[in-house]
Amino acid sequence: MSAAAEHDSARDARTPLTEVGPQSGRTAMIAGAVGIIWKREMLRWWRDKPRIISSTGFPLIFLLVFGSGLSGAMGSLIGGGAQAVNFEQFIFPGIIAMSVFFAALFNAVSLVYDREFGILKEMLVAPVSRAAVAFGKTLGGATVATLQGTVVFAFAPLVGVRLSPLLVLQLWPIMFLGAFALSSMGVAMAARMRSIESFQMINQFVMFPLIFLSGIFFPLQGLPAWMNVLVRINPVSYAVDPLRRLILEAQGLPDAVMERLSESGVALSIGGQQISVALAIGIIAVFGVVMNVLAMWLISIRD
Amino acid sequence: MSAYSGPAILVEDLTRRFGDFVAVDHVNFAVGQGEVFGFLGPNGAGKTTTISMLTTLLRPSEGSARVAGHDVDRDDAQVRQAIGIVFQEPSLDERLTARENLEFHAVLYGMRRADRLPRIDDALRLVDLQDRADSIVEKFSGGMRRRLEIARGLLHVPAVLFLDEPTLGLDPQSRRSVWQHIRSLREQTGVTVFMTTHYMEEAEFCDRIAIIDHGRVVVLDTPEGLKNLVGGDVVVVTAPAPQALADYLSDQGLEPSRRNSEVRVEVDDGARFIPRLVRGFPGEIDGASLRRPTLDDVFLKLTGRTIRESELDAGGVARDRMRRFMGAGGRR
Repeated sequence: MSAAAEHDSARDARTPLTEVGPQSGRTAMIAGAVGIIWKREMLRWWRDKPRIISSTGFPLIFLLVFGSGLSGAMGSLIGGGAQAVNFEQFIFPGIIAMSVFFAALFNAVSLVYDREFGILKEMLVAPVSRAAVAFGKTLGGATVATLQGTVVFAFAPLVGVRLSPLLVLQLWPIMFLGAFALSSMGVAMAARMRSIESFQMINQFVMFPLIFLSGIFFPLQGLPAWMNVLVRINPVSYAVDPLRRLILEAQGLPDAVMERLSESGVALSIGGQQISVALAIGIIAVFGVVMNVLAMWLISIRD
Repeated sequence: MSAYSGPAILVEDLTRRFGDFVAVDHVNFAVGQGEVFGFLGPNGAGKTTTISMLTTLLRPSEGSARVAGHDVDRDDAQVRQAIGIVFQEPSLDERLTARENLEFHAVLYGMRRADRLPRIDDALRLVDLQDRADSIVEKFSGGMRRRLEIARGLLHVPAVLFLDEPTLGLDPQSRRSVWQHIRSLREQTGVTVFMTTHYMEEAEFCDRIAIIDHGRVVVLDTPEGLKNLVGGDVVVVTAPAPQALADYLSDQGLEPSRRNSEVRVEVDDGARFIPRLVRGFPGEIDGASLRRPTLDDVFLKLTGRTIRESELDAGGVARDRMRRFMGAGGRR
């Protein structure tokens, strides 16, 4: 009996622990890591009921306060005074978008929490690539954000918006894509951030212009030139726009009203050329990929 | 496990700077397989910085380190596969159950499903948490959390287990229980353990100890060997006029050290020394105690300070620690 075999049998005698077989392959390991990090985000969200409740109440308040409060003043601006679309209906897709994007950006704070509570360290010392950590975190954040946007669907009857199952199936991928882009951006911002307070500050500093300059709250007509430019370079605009068009188009409005709607700045256009839904989706997808690569890179830096 | 048979850890001139500050200064040591190796020193001595480099979280500024035969800087992925870590600060997800925390770890380490389930049960049993497997960690005591972290560190059968201050902040009873578990897992698995501590009592459980101060290894030996550096007994005498007593002892050819009203002296045979002192010293003596040398005495002898005093001068580090503590305290 060789010395090594002898050593092994001695070890068996002492060891009540199950021996562990070979590791999963590299691809399976990365997929597993992304999956378990995603699952953890979901479990944490599901167990945090106050968060679910408040993030449901928040869009409702916006819808009631902004929608009802401003509909008198804003109603006439939309649809060329035809009252075919009231302001509540106009703002409804915006509120969905806002819910999704707030949730996506805010969820990134969990990365700073993870750093503070040591769980990020636990992930970073695992033999899995750090890019997988960033990707799992982003996917989890994007899923949570999409679910929170979905909650807003429940308020559609309150503002007289009809949602068909087909429409919901069209909205989900766009919501998810927008959520993925902003979640990636959030993770990129949080990747090197050491305190929750400073992340919150920077987050708000970035988030409010993105949200307010995206056409969520007002039609994109008659804007000052500088604001016109900002709205059009804001990637979030390209996620809001297809949501709004799909929802309004599905309301069975007469063609004449639809045409007036695009003239009155409901749809996004650059130099008189209307941006198609497909192009808008393409723009937000490219933005999402760039942000995600940035997040992966930032999280991979070793001190 | 691989057929690698060299030292579990081999460190050569390992150095880490933060700006001008040298946290770890040309440190050298080797840890054999199956050894329990202790890194002892005050807070701010460079223990956590060293462990961060050995576990690939920080890159060395200079020098090299190999863990389980892999270079920590070049082959960091292999090193991470070969090690388990229990960090100084807690690193469990409090909103998940014990089992979910272990599951999370097992998947990150690429364990196959068939291995995962039985191994998680084993690990929970090893630290006596099998009854609490499906409880949310938020409800666990400090000692239970630490035990769960140790179970997690062992889950993927690492060659080397790193424990950074494994009993920091625990009450004495939990501390004893954590130690029992560390000892029993070492007997059962034969894993190499590298641990840092600033508790002298804990260091005595190690096979060998390196005492580290200001980023340098001051001495490296077995606990017995270190205590032999002090030799004989330690006698602590309290007196109303301690300076006079200290002078008297110096005149006797001894090397007393005075702190407030206490005078501490090392002698060959304390039991005979005390009556002789009481008869011989002209002044008053309030009391005298006798003990075997501890590692604290060794530290005092080598650095001229006790561990506690060193922590008081590590002001900046203490502040930093405080800030982190406050940050973590505001979580709920």
